[in-house]
Amino acid sequence: MHIPDGYLSASTCALLYGTAIPFWYTAFARVKRLLNTRLIPLLAVASTFCFVIMMFNLPLPGGTTGHAVGVGAVTVVLGPWASMVSVSIALLIQAVFFGDGGITTFGANCFNMAIVGSLVAHFTYRAVAARTAIASPRRVVAAGLAGYAAINVAALLTACELGIQPLLFKDASGAPLYAPYALHLAIPAMMLGHLTFAGLADLFVAGGVVAYLQRTNPALLGQKSAGGATKDASPAEASGWRMTRPLWIRLALLMLLTPLGILAAGTAWGEWGAKDFSDPLMRQQIAAASGQVAPPSEPPRGLARLSSLWSAPFPQYAPPFVRHPAFGYVMSAMFGCGLILGFFLLVGWMIGERSAVGDRTST
Amino acid sequence: MTHAGKNSRGVVERSLASFVDALEHAFYAEESAKKNGLLQKLDPRIKIAAVFPLIVIAALARRLGVIVALFATAVVLALLSRVPLATLAKRVWLGVLIFTGFISFPALFLTPGVAIYTLPLLGWSVTEQGLRAAMYLIMRAETAATFSVLLVLCTPWSFVLKALRVLRLPIVLVVILGMTYRYIFLFLRNAHDMFMSRKSRMVGHLDGGEQRRAATAGAGALMSKTIQLSGDVYLAMRSRGFQGEVYVLDEFQTHWFDWAMLAVFISIALLAFWFGR
Repeated sequence: MHIPDGYLSASTCALLYGTAIPFWYTAFARVKRLLNTRLIPLLAVASTFCFVIMMFNLPLPGGTTGHAVGVGAVTVVLGPWASMVSVSIALLIQAVFFGDGGITTFGANCFNMAIVGSLVAHFTYRAVAARTAIASPRRVVAAGLAGYAAINVAALLTACELGIQPLLFKDASGAPLYAPYALHLAIPAMMLGHLTFAGLADLFVAGGVVAYLQRTNPALLGQKSAGGATKDASPAEASGWRMTRPLWIRLALLMLLTPLGILAAGTAWGEWGAKDFSDPLMRQQIAAASGQVAPPSEPPRGLARLSSLWSAPFPQYAPPFVRHPAFGYVMSAMFGCGLILGFFLLVGWMIGERSAVGDRTST
Repeated sequence: MTHAGKNSRGVVERSLASFVDALEHAFYAEESAKKNGLLQKLDPRIKIAAVFPLIVIAALARRLGVIVALFATAVVLALLSRVPLATLAKRVWLGVLIFTGFISFPALFLTPGVAIYTLPLLGWSVTEQGLRAAMYLIMRAETAATFSVLLVLCTPWSFVLKALRVLRLPIVLVVILGMTYRYIFLFLRNAHDMFMSRKSRMVGHLDGGEQRRAATAGAGALMSKTIQLSGDVYLAMRSRGFQGEVYVLDEFQTHWFDWAMLAVFISIALLAFWFGR
């Protein structure tokens, strides 16, 4: 799981460092805002915990033993943002002092395990545990699943990063310059081990830690983030608006940038409609995008049959009532984002309602 | 990370061995950093600024010869820094060779290309491209690992962390890293004591489920201690007047020798970059 130096190209490493930096910055800023002066001791000790937990050996079914990354357990207790920072620091110390994971690949390892791992663990735990009581066995299952899901998603990302190397980076003789296995080999090789055995280590650690804390220190599970500092959070922070404001601004900016796609020349490979096969201009573009291989004279039968099943309200990101294509793109982006947000608001409202009904019936 | 095969050593023993290995590794590095060698003499900030580009160039190089030359540079650097090659071979080269060799072995046969040798009984063909791919991977991993280990073996750890400021890390993060490093020893000791006390009370053999419960309960106990300790440390800091601002003593001083060596390292990195394009 810890990618060593030399397995990823410098550009992949740089890209993943670049992707990780905004998450590190946001995570650090959020934890700092919540913890204030408690930040330093808590993160230092939490990072130490992450480091030591990675050294625990666990017996797994089948007579093997494994090490857990511990991201599930840490996320459940400290919250995703503190977990991101703590696991990253633990990974840095592992890479620099113990040679476990590379220095150039540190950004990739953090992105896979600390950042995506923490987010996956957080959302899995929240979705499965919902608003059950702290002592509920469902929380143990939720934590176990969170650890298992986090480690497997991290493994999948690792496999994808390794798998794209031979497609993109080869020397003059055609020999892969970095990790040599393409996606069709890297993904099964990585996932087989993690889905069956290695992932179980994190399942057991996260589930086991939560079960242990339920018995001995349930207060730790009641605190939402970073060791109980949420008690000091202001109402604005609790409502989430101030914390998420930068994300809203970025989302708006991205919506405004959507017409950039108009500048691209040619056709998106494989995104052709049935009518495109009879349009001479489009046929030229399809051939140009397919290495000068001429498309079939008629659209494939299945494509022709299924293409009439659903007609989109905004075909080609251009609502029929809008004449200016750039404005059409922005409208489509707003509509799409609105649908997604609406869906999640609805799901959140339904979960909240169900929990409230559950609370009322239990009292 | 899994260890295949049923082992006579239980989980408690394995975990104890991991903790002792980590402590032993740290103590060895501290001892090695006190030697009077080339890298030990350099300012830690200069060392990071000099060695980091070499690791990056090892990842960038597209020619095998250049990666081998960088590896040779690392070996010379180890000799000049009085790091025994036997130690490097045992601690780094062998481990990387086994791990990366195991990973890259199938590439010899799976990489499409010109067949250069066919295994007699199986009929599998080793391709030239597969061999090159395996060599790239192994040499890159060996070179980068040697440079990073040299950095750590020739610099006290606390100095490495403090010197990370040269990479423009925020000062708060440097302080957290320093504290993390210090508490690692305490936690390793704590975890070691927990497992040792468990072992001392064990008679007979625990089955898999029991061992798992023991390990996860250990992790849970350590988590409780973590939160409690962070509160204690915070109160101790407050009682000494801590109000949120952090200061780091900057005791490093560069001399002409540091800058001369930095120039040498940067020149090597530039040459490797140029020839490795």
